[in-house]
Amino acid sequence: MKNKFSIIVIIFFLIFCFGIFYKGLDNSNIYAPKIKDKKNIPIFKAKDFNSNIYINSEKIFKEDTFYIVNIWASWCVPCRTEHPLLMVLSKNHSAKLIGLNYRDNLNNAKKFIKELGNPYSQILIDSDGILSVEFGAYGVPETFIIDKNKRIIRKFIGPINKEIVEEIKLIIK
Amino acid sequence: MKILKIFIILFLSISFSQLKADEKNIKLKSKILKNIRCLICQGQSVYDSESDFASSIKLIVDKKINEGLKEEKIYEFLREKYGDWIIYDPELSKNTYILWLLPLLLFLLGGVIMKKKIKF
Repeated sequence: MKNKFSIIVIIFFLIFCFGIFYKGLDNSNIYAPKIKDKKNIPIFKAKDFNSNIYINSEKIFKEDTFYIVNIWASWCVPCRTEHPLLMVLSKNHSAKLIGLNYRDNLNNAKKFIKELGNPYSQILIDSDGILSVEFGAYGVPETFIIDKNKRIIRKFIGPINKEIVEEIKLIIK
Repeated sequence: MKILKIFIILFLSISFSQLKADEKNIKLKSKILKNIRCLICQGQSVYDSESDFASSIKLIVDKKINEGLKEEKIYEFLREKYGDWIIYDPELSKNTYILWLLPLLLFLLGGVIMKKKIKF
């Protein structure tokens, strides 16, 4: 009787473990916290890519429109693949595209923009990555959607694709 | 001469207290960094990692310490940006209470089983 009970307990335990691991198989191995509360954008001061002058975030996000913040770098290969899609997005006038140049060499970044085109209405320099951390970014590329109330409402980790572009268009409509 | 002596003593004591404060900040920084998970690495803390993400977090922790923020406030800041997962030592909350209470329950269960075994 006692033996039977132990076997049942062991079987239940194994089923429990199997269930947990099986469920875990579906999960993405990239951890991304869900945005439950729409967070306000951080308040910061950043250097402008072209003029090299420091600008306050209030001035950058002053317009009553949607903003798309895209973190990129010239050394980042996936940034190259998503760049044509950013060029498409830049033609949409419902949102302003802000670039955040992440831990990059300025000359290489300028060459990158010259070669592939400039989809951004403004580019900010994030030479040490602190600004990206303030946004809650993991690395490059990453894209954030900011609503008219200056809150981050959506975050895309990794390069954007055609489906994401359609989703963004729907959000900023 | 007396004024010079007082000046030297003052200068040395200020330098010494500054050194002490720096040492305290370095210790606090490494304590915090060891408790932060590098989210893009495999099983590494920010302290152990040299990734871009870890370097940025190291810089921001340094900045926050210099701004005078307490350890808990720095964790709070990071938690707000990246969620509970970034901290190795999770807080007791509605999402983590099973994690905290399960070992205690297992310990109590073990105690009950042992007590029963000794009795019989």
